[in-house]
Amino acid sequence: MASEPARTPLYEWHVANGGKMVDFAGWSMPTHYTSIVQEHNATRGAVGMTDISHMGRLRFEGPGVAVFLAELLTRRVADLGLGQIRYSLVTNDEGGILDDVLVGRYHNAYGQPYYVMVVNASNRAKIVAWIERHLTPERASRRGHEIVWNDISSIFAMFAIQGPRSAELIQPLVDVDLGLMKYYRGEQVRILHPVAKRQGGLLSRTGYTGEDGFELVLGADIAPAVWEKLLELGKPLGAVPTGIACRDTLRLEAGMPLYGHELSEQINPLQAGLSFACHLKGYNFPGRDALVEIEKNPLPTVRIGLELSSRRVAREGAAIYAGDRRVGEVTSGTFSPTLERPIAMGYIESEFSTPGTDLVVDIRGHRESARIVPLPFYRRPTQGGTK
Amino acid sequence: MKPEELLYTKTHEWVHVATDGEGNKIATVGLDRFALDALTDLVFLDLPEVGRSVEAGQPFGEVESVKAVSDLNSPADGEVVEVNAGLPDKLESLPDDPYGEGWMIKVKVTDESSLGRLLDHAAYQKLCEEEA
Repeated sequence: MASEPARTPLYEWHVANGGKMVDFAGWSMPTHYTSIVQEHNATRGAVGMTDISHMGRLRFEGPGVAVFLAELLTRRVADLGLGQIRYSLVTNDEGGILDDVLVGRYHNAYGQPYYVMVVNASNRAKIVAWIERHLTPERASRRGHEIVWNDISSIFAMFAIQGPRSAELIQPLVDVDLGLMKYYRGEQVRILHPVAKRQGGLLSRTGYTGEDGFELVLGADIAPAVWEKLLELGKPLGAVPTGIACRDTLRLEAGMPLYGHELSEQINPLQAGLSFACHLKGYNFPGRDALVEIEKNPLPTVRIGLELSSRRVAREGAAIYAGDRRVGEVTSGTFSPTLERPIAMGYIESEFSTPGTDLVVDIRGHRESARIVPLPFYRRPTQGGTK
Repeated sequence: MKPEELLYTKTHEWVHVATDGEGNKIATVGLDRFALDALTDLVFLDLPEVGRSVEAGQPFGEVESVKAVSDLNSPADGEVVEVNAGLPDKLESLPDDPYGEGWMIKVKVTDESSLGRLLDHAAYQKLCEEEA
């Protein structure tokens, strides 16, 4: 696609505030403002605020939604309670991963339930087409099981507000008690800012950093003013704007897979270590039968974490060897700012996947020693009593 | 050294050319601030051994940041005669003085015509503006 990258509602702010803009999944996004390590450490130590408006947001409502989502997603969502959110996958008929998503159930101001699915920016068009294929007009208008759905991505912005002081930062701006909001829960909130004029937003205790944190969906029109207000309130707490580059180092430390790297249509959820997100018994989503078959046999390759002893970083595509035999490949790697050593994720033949196994990674012709370690690489010191 | 008085490669190495007592051209090479700003957060620097021969436009080492790895390219054909061996252990200070303490190698130039492709400061500034 040679077209101009899309701009989030915060584009002007990023450019005016030193954001180094790159084309990311068709969007012009800031990689960083100051330094990746500074922004990474601010998130681990205080609060980092990242514009994630590029992510896709799909809204479903109507009496047929719960059943339809159960037929689409690998994970049980029909029993989602109000304000509950689950991580799930969308698989193709072969069991390959089309996307990883978050699905939440909310109530609007009139008490009507609706579901919001957050999809990866890079997969938004694909998932929309996949839903259109399965949710035909006839299916969506079945009497008593009607479904209305919309791609609401462009009318909303989305912020990731992550770090141990994020609840403290957000609390003055919303009308719900964040002390009562548990991990993987969300709520429709009122934004307490003059510019919001009683507009609501969706606030959830979710994230992609391994820290306590929140994600906020709010109207594109009010997003810049609320963003600036949050930064102003956050200054004494150590909050800083953070780009998508440290979003990658943070999620890597937290052992979280990224679509296009650890996840793809050629990878199934079982080898990705995501069987917790697949309910195979009593469900019939696309790929379910294929996964039942895959589950019967040992997995040829599985996702693993690697720590390296030198300072050379094993990046995507680096080959992993056991002696002279090529047994796997790195799918993402970075220098971990928290652990101060290179870390990587990749896929490896199952027999070499045991933590503690010593291997070699070929990094641009340099053979560096590496060791399989359990994921995640980093776990936050306390769970904040919210889990 | 002042950035205005240096020559540059298109891959953002700065070059200072001097003549030694025997009339040899000696090129001192480092990484320009533009590249340092783009890389940010350096974590690893791989420099060659003294005595290694290098070729204009070909890598003599690597610099790695949290974000990416980049080749360091030689500005000239020649032989490495001196290496700033302590630099890899104090990478955090490299951005403070990229044109002084941050020098990386000195190359005894064997083919002076290979220096002809280098950019002066004005031409280099233009290149950086285009890339920014």
